[in-house]
Amino acid sequence: MKKESLIRRMLFVCALFSSFIVFLIIIFLLQEGAPALTWDFLTGMTWSPHNDQFGIIPTLVGTLYVVFGAVAIAIAIGIPCAIFLAEFAPFWLRNVVKSSVEVLVGVPSIVLGFFGLLIMVPFIRNNIGGMGESILAAWIILAIMILPNIITISEDALRSVPQDYRTASLALGATKWQTVRKVLLPNAMSGIRAGIVLGLGRALGETMAVLMVVGNPEIPWIPTAILDRARMLTSTIAIEWAYMVWGSPHQHAIFALGIVLFVLVSILNLVASFVIKERTTKR
Amino acid sequence: MTDDGATKIETKNLSVSFGKVHAIKDISLKMPRNHVTAIIGPSGCGKSTFIKALNRMNELVSDVKTEGEVLIDGKNIYDESCDVISLRKRVGMIFQKPNPFPKSVYDNVAYGPNIHEFYEKKELNKIVEENLRKAFLWDEVSDRLNASALALSGGQQQRLCIARALAVEPEVILMDEPCSALDPVATAKIEELIRVLRNDYSVVIVTHNMQQAARVSDYTAFLYLGKLIEYGSTNDIFENPKSELTEKYLTGKFG
Amino acid sequence: MNPRQTEKAAKVGLWLSAIITIIILPVIVAWIMINGIQMINLDFLTGSPYKFEYGGIFPQMVGSLYLTCVCTLIAAPLGLASAIYLAEYAPNNKITRIVRFFIETLAGMPSIVLGLFGLEFLVHYLKLRTSLLSGSLALAFMILPWIIRASEEAIKTVPNDYKDASLALGATKWETITRVVVPASIPGILTGILLGMGKAIGETAVVMLTAGSGLETFIPSGLQSPTASLPLYIYKLATQGHTSEAMSRAFGASLVLIALFMSMSAGALVIRNYYMKKLRA
Repeated sequence: MKKESLIRRMLFVCALFSSFIVFLIIIFLLQEGAPALTWDFLTGMTWSPHNDQFGIIPTLVGTLYVVFGAVAIAIAIGIPCAIFLAEFAPFWLRNVVKSSVEVLVGVPSIVLGFFGLLIMVPFIRNNIGGMGESILAAWIILAIMILPNIITISEDALRSVPQDYRTASLALGATKWQTVRKVLLPNAMSGIRAGIVLGLGRALGETMAVLMVVGNPEIPWIPTAILDRARMLTSTIAIEWAYMVWGSPHQHAIFALGIVLFVLVSILNLVASFVIKERTTKR
Repeated sequence: MTDDGATKIETKNLSVSFGKVHAIKDISLKMPRNHVTAIIGPSGCGKSTFIKALNRMNELVSDVKTEGEVLIDGKNIYDESCDVISLRKRVGMIFQKPNPFPKSVYDNVAYGPNIHEFYEKKELNKIVEENLRKAFLWDEVSDRLNASALALSGGQQQRLCIARALAVEPEVILMDEPCSALDPVATAKIEELIRVLRNDYSVVIVTHNMQQAARVSDYTAFLYLGKLIEYGSTNDIFENPKSELTEKYLTGKFG
Repeated sequence: MNPRQTEKAAKVGLWLSAIITIIILPVIVAWIMINGIQMINLDFLTGSPYKFEYGGIFPQMVGSLYLTCVCTLIAAPLGLASAIYLAEYAPNNKITRIVRFFIETLAGMPSIVLGLFGLEFLVHYLKLRTSLLSGSLALAFMILPWIIRASEEAIKTVPNDYKDASLALGATKWETITRVVVPASIPGILTGILLGMGKAIGETAVVMLTAGSGLETFIPSGLQSPTASLPLYIYKLATQGHTSEAMSRAFGASLVLIALFMSMSAGALVIRNYYMKKLRA
């Protein structure tokens, strides 16, 4: 029995260590980034490392602009696709799409970024306008990245609606589509909402794919058009880390960006978990 | 109470509660060696809890409180000095739903022996064959010992579970409604097996099927709402029940 | 429009969304294959980068594999042990909830933030420098929560019946876990590990800040040596290269990366199907 309690303790230490990592991350981020978390930082309109100016508003707005747009596109394609998979797809096609989606989830973001850089950007430049590197390009590439997440979660939400609801609706003479719109979707809404929030979280944290297509102007401005280039929290860190001087205000500002990112993503995760909780208690 | 014969298991004022719910209250019972004792009663009367108290399987549930004593060969198994692991070697259990491991037939039977001691391959082969024979299963599986146990029929799986339990050389075999998930043919085979097992083991069987109790057991205990209502030799209980409650249950007026 | 017409229109929209979804992956993979296949020759696969846009990608391939393997060697045992604790031993109290919460938070961590942490903690604070070790550790942190999630789920799915049977035979809890529960949950655990490896091999941001420049011309000689990786190499060539040589090498490297990634995904699917069949007997 002594062996058993020793084993239990060792396993506990492993679990504790795993959770401790986040704790370490928070501490070290704060250590380096807190000095830069000033009022000027959070509300400043100019980001210019050369002049020691670190205002994140343009970058923050750029990030939100890109993220929300991408999620909107992913929803517009993803939810219909989820409905298709859950309610309308023939069996073999469902498996094909599901496998495709499962693999798409893990495709290295650098590959998608590469695709965006070489195909999306010139396409936009030649057929729509602007420099090609734009918020629009980021929307498309980012939407591709989070599409699988939206689809999987929405499909699960739809599938878990009890079969009884479907049969009742059809027995009353409704068409399949009416059943979906009026009965299934409302019922699956909280699950779908959770998926959207999680998708937002993933989009916020995505670095490489957007980095290569979004433009990253030297001195960011608040974007006003979808053909504008923009800066994102993630891409700023990825570009400027290489030439920040250790110990300088620039370095602290970069870490402060990391803190802002972390806080935003954590808030989204918390919201998502509340949405999921609400769903399980409602039932 | 039983008249003679060495008592294998005795419970003294056994009570078990889960949180605020009292599952069994104050049960004192003597179960004799090398005989089959049946525990009958309507659903929810505590039969399962009672039998699980005999090998301390109730302790897997949190929030459980056990009072009283359970003596096996005179020693209280709830005593601090008693090792649960070796207790469960001496007291084997067959469950309501057959639960062979997702391994081969061979590995299922060999599981118990492998845990307790190191055996050489030849010895292990012998052990596996011997116990499969004891469980009336050898003829049906001897050519597919390496096949998955999950491919067997329900009745075969249950007999495999019995072989698996026999392989650790227990003294007592507890059976918690072993046939309730099986068809009549499979049930008959297992009942036949139980009748033979009594020669070498002490068997306690929980069943909701009165006729089964009448068929296989030597002694029967009737439980109702957690209390022991009546206990005696099976013939006495079924032909001359002393309690009115017992009579009502046996004639099907409830349960 | 009456309901029947609406239904027809809706069906068209739904089919369209499905088609768009299906073609994305093959289009991208095909594009990479078409453009990258001409680079795939022995020189490319066994040579080292030369003057930025020439040469081969051998150090990059080896580097990626080393990083992935070392990171898995760190994350898999730790993750499995944590999962076993959470699934089988953890009481339902505050500490467990906190542990779970932190692990979930780690799962949602943006990779660039993990990269920053790796840079500060591993490279500077622990003085591990830009190296195979730093990169592997940072990657291990990244995939750890996914391995824990997949393993915990797999373990939880094992029916209690098996555990009851094992305990009733006189096995200890640990024996039951090692001889019955974990073997029964191997498919889920392996799938989780393989998917984690897939994540690690395709990761750029983390290795950018901890493992190396991506353009190394040597294979790592030890844990302390800087390590190249395919994703980082692709990034550098795609964004800083302007010649067709640079681009074609980026394509070639992308093709190799996709191939490695796909084989891990395929491996995960194959394992899952094989064990599904075996368990169903």
